[in-house]
Amino acid sequence: MYLPILILAFYSFNASRFSATWEGFSLKWYEILFNDSRIFAALQDSLAIAICAVGVSAVLGTLMAVGLARYQFWGKGLYRGASYLPLIIPDIAIAVATLVFLASFAIPLSLWTIVASHIVFCLAYVAVVVSTRLSGLNPHLEEAALDLGATPTQAFLKVLLPELMPAIVSGCLLAFVLSMDDLLISSFTAGGGANTLPMEIFSRVRTGVKPDINALSVVLILASGVLAFLAEYIRYRGDQRRSV
Amino acid sequence: MSTSTPTPSVVPKAKVSPRWQQKLGHLVGPLVLLGPPGVWLLLLLVIPTLLIFQLSLIPGIRPGQPMDGFGFGNYLNILQPIYLQVIWRSVFFALGSTVLTLLLGFPVAYWIALMAPKRWQNLLLVGFVLPLWTSSLLRAYAWITILRPTGVLNSFLSTFGLPTLDLLNRSSAVFIGMSYSFLPYMVLVLYASLEKLDKRLLEAAADLGASAPQTFWKVTVPQTLPGIAAGCLLVFIAGLGDFVVPELLGGASSMTVSRLIYNQFLGATRNWGLGSGLSMVLILAVSIAIALLIKYGDRDPESFS
Repeated sequence: MYLPILILAFYSFNASRFSATWEGFSLKWYEILFNDSRIFAALQDSLAIAICAVGVSAVLGTLMAVGLARYQFWGKGLYRGASYLPLIIPDIAIAVATLVFLASFAIPLSLWTIVASHIVFCLAYVAVVVSTRLSGLNPHLEEAALDLGATPTQAFLKVLLPELMPAIVSGCLLAFVLSMDDLLISSFTAGGGANTLPMEIFSRVRTGVKPDINALSVVLILASGVLAFLAEYIRYRGDQRRSV
Repeated sequence: MSTSTPTPSVVPKAKVSPRWQQKLGHLVGPLVLLGPPGVWLLLLLVIPTLLIFQLSLIPGIRPGQPMDGFGFGNYLNILQPIYLQVIWRSVFFALGSTVLTLLLGFPVAYWIALMAPKRWQNLLLVGFVLPLWTSSLLRAYAWITILRPTGVLNSFLSTFGLPTLDLLNRSSAVFIGMSYSFLPYMVLVLYASLEKLDKRLLEAAADLGASAPQTFWKVTVPQTLPGIAAGCLLVFIAGLGDFVVPELLGGASSMTVSRLIYNQFLGATRNWGLGSGLSMVLILAVSIAIALLIKYGDRDPESFS
């Protein structure tokens, strides 16, 4: 599983422009990478989009998960079905649909249209992760808080929310990674207004192997490794707390 | 907005309003919690999907044209041999990588779930799932470095005097790339299923004189069939809609539905009607797969999340 990634990392230190042959250790691709302003601009766009989208999704996704767990109402099955759609429908179809929607209402494409479209799937992932945690939670905790005189808002903020926090954080991490990774939805909703990191990488590697992209991969893989470790740690802690 | 029993006029007003308030109170909670995300999904997911359905019924519409006319022209267009071939190829890629991931993933999941030491299980599983956290684009890109004619694989082969392989920009590269991308999903789902397997059944089968292969085919496989079905459908769906792998590794000969859709919107040929029609076909195919998953898959929905 790790071999392709390791090979990529190995060749990012290769001095040769054509990475098949090894021509000695070199950091020059990293040097080129860190002086590449296009890459940094793209990274900035990607981070801005991911942070905005995940921030909004954390709130909306949690509300949705709690709402779906708590209330029975007409059309609940339909609502729940719609909330699973972003996880099921292929990216390309979501991307196309969003583009057509934006075009038919003449909404200009920009960074914000990407954020709006990313919220759709980020929200769904956060909701799924939080729902899983909710179903394992003791429902009497909140009732106890209400019986002891807490207002519903207090009970939500002081009892339910802390219990859900690990799930919210790991849902957000997942959504963040997916948002940073998304190529199709961003490409369709960007217009000329924004250029995300996956879009930049895609446009470059389309025409073949680029050593500076190898270097970029290593940096990004390290970053996502840290995130993954963080997420697993939070999950592990959450599991432990639950089993106590 | 109407109460089912009309309030009798004899009831004093003071008594009516709390009931109304209560009723409103019951509505406020769901509205606050479910309203905003619901509106968002409706606006940016449900309505857009309905819109492309509408668009798919307007033959050959291009950006900027008025949305009028009605017909099944786009769908008839899709039935042409060139497009049918593209759809068939997408299905072929998805099926092939499903089989490959099953063949590769089952032994791994089996080993982790039943044979590896207990305290290593979680770590092994995390190790297998970790690559999912890295960019799918970069994981596909890594295979370009390996598979291209002057790539790592061929320099490795030629140092041992073996004939070189020309794999990039062919179907084989797509199979390799897709299997690599989706293997973690398969292992995860199979593991969840194998872990629940009642080990006493295996012992019982062995005690009753079944050979190891017999135990495997008659006990293990039937018991984990729902998990196998779930994993296969998951990979199939992911493979069907995949864009990055066929685009980067498949070359011009590996046109798939998602690449074709991409071309109708962002590529040279701009035919939104055809693109929408193809998207609807893709959504339909995925829906059928999901319906099968719900019907035959693992009864425990938690294993998917």
